[in-house]
Amino acid sequence: MNSVTAESLLSHTWFGLIGLMLVLYVITDGFDLGVGILSLFRSKESDRDLMIQSIGHVWDANETWLVVLGGALFGAFPAAYAMLLSDLYVPVMVLIASLIMRGAAIEFRHAATTTRPIWDRVFGIGSLLTAVCQGVILGKVITGLLPGSLQTGFVALTAVGVVSGYALIGATWLVKKTTGRLETAARRYSMITVVTTVAAAIAISIGTLTLSPIGAGRWEQAGVFHVLVALAIVAALAFCYVLYSAYMGGENGPFNATMVLFVTSFAGLAVSLFPYIVPGQLSIASAASNSTTLIFMLIGMGTVMPIMIGYNLYQYHLFRGKVVAAHH
Amino acid sequence: MLLDALHLARSQFAMTAIFHILWPILTVSLSAFLLVVEILWVRTSEVVWYRHARFWSKLLILNFAVGVVSGIPMEFQFGTNWGPFSEFTGQFFGNILGFEGAMAFMLEAGFVGIMILGWTRVPKGVHLFATAMVALGSSISVFWIMVANSWMQTPAGVALVDGKLAVTDYVKAIFNPDMAWGVSHMWFAALETGLMVIAGISAYYLLRRRNPEFFVRSFKLALLLLVFITPVQIWLGDSSGVDVFATQPAKGAAIEGHWETNAPGTGASWSLLAWPDKANQRNDWSLEIPGLLSVLGTHSLHGQVKGLADIPVADQPPALPLLYYAFRAMAGIGFLFMVLAFWTAYSLRKARGQLEALLAQRKLLLAWVLAIPLPYIAVECGWIVREVGRQPWVVYGLLRTENAASAIAPMAITGSMAMFAVFYVVLISSFFYFARRWLKKGPDLTLLPPAEPTRQSVAHTAAEH
Ligand code: HDD
Ligand code: HEM
Ligand code: HEM
Repeated sequence: MNSVTAESLLSHTWFGLIGLMLVLYVITDGFDLGVGILSLFRSKESDRDLMIQSIGHVWDANETWLVVLGGALFGAFPAAYAMLLSDLYVPVMVLIASLIMRGAAIEFRHAATTTRPIWDRVFGIGSLLTAVCQGVILGKVITGLLPGSLQTGFVALTAVGVVSGYALIGATWLVKKTTGRLETAARRYSMITVVTTVAAAIAISIGTLTLSPIGAGRWEQAGVFHVLVALAIVAALAFCYVLYSAYMGGENGPFNATMVLFVTSFAGLAVSLFPYIVPGQLSIASAASNSTTLIFMLIGMGTVMPIMIGYNLYQYHLFRGKVVAAHH
Repeated sequence: MLLDALHLARSQFAMTAIFHILWPILTVSLSAFLLVVEILWVRTSEVVWYRHARFWSKLLILNFAVGVVSGIPMEFQFGTNWGPFSEFTGQFFGNILGFEGAMAFMLEAGFVGIMILGWTRVPKGVHLFATAMVALGSSISVFWIMVANSWMQTPAGVALVDGKLAVTDYVKAIFNPDMAWGVSHMWFAALETGLMVIAGISAYYLLRRRNPEFFVRSFKLALLLLVFITPVQIWLGDSSGVDVFATQPAKGAAIEGHWETNAPGTGASWSLLAWPDKANQRNDWSLEIPGLLSVLGTHSLHGQVKGLADIPVADQPPALPLLYYAFRAMAGIGFLFMVLAFWTAYSLRKARGQLEALLAQRKLLLAWVLAIPLPYIAVECGWIVREVGRQPWVVYGLLRTENAASAIAPMAITGSMAMFAVFYVVLISSFFYFARRWLKKGPDLTLLPPAEPTRQSVAHTAAEH
């Protein structure tokens, strides 16, 4: 194999790995952010206790996928790390602020007694803001970091989409983890948010087509188009299944189908923008580190990926089942 | 315009780093201490060790929460405010941060849930394993972050390719000249901090005669470890100093207020106290001990120590008095800890370890309580020596700080800094509020270890906070 293809194989492998980390992040932290967002709608402290208890053991590890992702991007695509974070200074800083809010609030609420409702609100607002900022960042990336009023509208749309998507996966998580009144409410939330999420996803796809010349160009390629159609069909089925299962009393069905929905949406996006990291600005090849680094990183991080996933799964397994109110 | 962004970015980095480091040092040592305590429990089956584990882990979780959230601004700040730096060094530096995330942070985060919430869900052995993974994860974090930082001090194993640093030799880059000293001095600083805190808090309870039989255990255990650790830390600090004189002469000269290179065959003199004055390129005043600096800085009688006068002003670090006194404060505290540890160990021995004799030593116990802030001060001072002393370089000899900052609107940086400042005040005051409550409540001496988990207890998620 000549060195050019070896290099591009490596950088594409890293692009894929970072994509995988992003999916893992969006699904796992997605549901605990969603639970945070939904906690804003629950006025009873005992409800919020249960909701937060359902994520208490995993939220930290979930969020750590973002930190791992940041490090991987920094090492494998330094130019992308520098460009994205510098150009998106304000949303990134607000994102960090919201992560601080929710991370501190969820731990302090346990120690608190009278101030617990305040920490709960901080947690909820921090979760909501986190989702908004991630939506803004997504929108900015798709529109190639360009200014403009159409672009701004699109960014608002992606922000709504991400909030709604996280609320959906959070609601389906609660269907899995709670009982009684809370479970009933979670089923209702799931059915509402799956509709808003899919509506937003469709609008975002149309927006990508019209606003991003890269996206539009990709759609016209026959192979790509067929892949996108296939993904859309799977997504449509998943959508129906979330509704069906949430309505019919499925325990794990809504959450599992939502994961499918997330993965297909993400794949659709990645396929439309490939081979760019920032459409029109930065391609995989131009941002990548050289092979020495990519190989060393692959040895160091690629091998621990399965281990990381393994002990995370163990933790989920250990804390499986419905949560019940704490009795002291 | 850019100059403003530069200074603001520097201030922001300084502020966030100075805040962040306060927490991990305790996580590292407290999780290691908890591991020791849990091993003692598993081996001796004495319930008091179980209660110690439960008691101190409450402090750990409070501290850990702030450590994690304050680490996030650090991780992303390289990209937001130091874009050119990130592009220039990413192939090594970014790689190492990636390793830290995957090998350290995830390990900690993946097991801390079991450690804190899993007492009734897993058998003893699995719980012990989780505690060990948390302790291991935080120490691995020290390792990788110090690899990254020591490489900024003494970069090696890289070459300039297309205007960026490409790695030519990973072994050289990771095992750069400063790495061994940087990692070990930092790790011992973390251990020393936690042990001083544990001993200090135990002394507080002993002073008030609250549960003395309980707290004498943690006091003695921390003391025993400190007797070994404090002298080692002085040795490591001394070796770091020798390393600084060899690799970063401007920093070495700055922390010692040393201006004139000593002539061959003579020893450089060491100033006990002085006021270095960069504008006039001399010390305004100084108290000197002839010949001593060569001994301290090179471990030989007539070793040459380059003076600041022989270094172009543009390559001299800023804020000389800060460097000079920060260094003295750190070293002074290091010696103080050793004296305190030895003295206490000696008087305990003389009293044959009797509790009543220890409780009678009220001044000594008070000294331990008052010493709680000192390790934190030493750590901050050490970092100021290291980071301000490296200036005007961000990567020593390869990249100047002035060329490393992103062109961000000064308003935006001012805004983010103000936001962090507010958050930090809230975080630290909440932390103290809850820590005080924890301290007042004291340990639960009725706690009994859970029976080995049954199927039923696994099916329920009873909160254990
Ligand atoms: C409990 C904390 C603590 C204590 C008691 C000491 N140090 Fe320290 N020192 C640190 C905590 C620290 C630190 C915060 O951990 C630093 C900053 C970065 C690092 O690697 O260690 C440091 C850095 C640092 C440096 C700068 C290294 C560089 O810039 O590359 C020197 C020269 C010393 N130390 C020397 C000493 C001496 C001579 C000590 C005692 C006699 C001493 N330290 C005690
Ligand atoms: C946590 C303990 C640390 C503290 C208290 C600390 C402190 C500081 C301070 C005071 C500055 C400003 C120096 C100046 O501009 O005059 C600074 C700058 C900087 N530090 Fe650190 N630092 C710490 C750890 C680290 C680590 C572990 C790294 C790298 C992995 C690092 C990387 C940097 C960078 C990139 C800058 C900005 C460029 C510069 O001003 O040199 N710091 N730090
Ligand atoms: C000597 C300096 C440093 C040491 C010893 C250190 C160590 C640690 C440790 C042990 C933790 C775990 C949380 C805790 O203990 O409270 C932590 C958290 C964190 N640190 Fe630092 N750190 C240092 C400086 C930095 C710097 C310069 C960065 C920037 C890359 C950074 C990024 C982070 C991040 C992102 C977290 C959160 C990890 C999580 O999500 O679990 N740290 N640090």
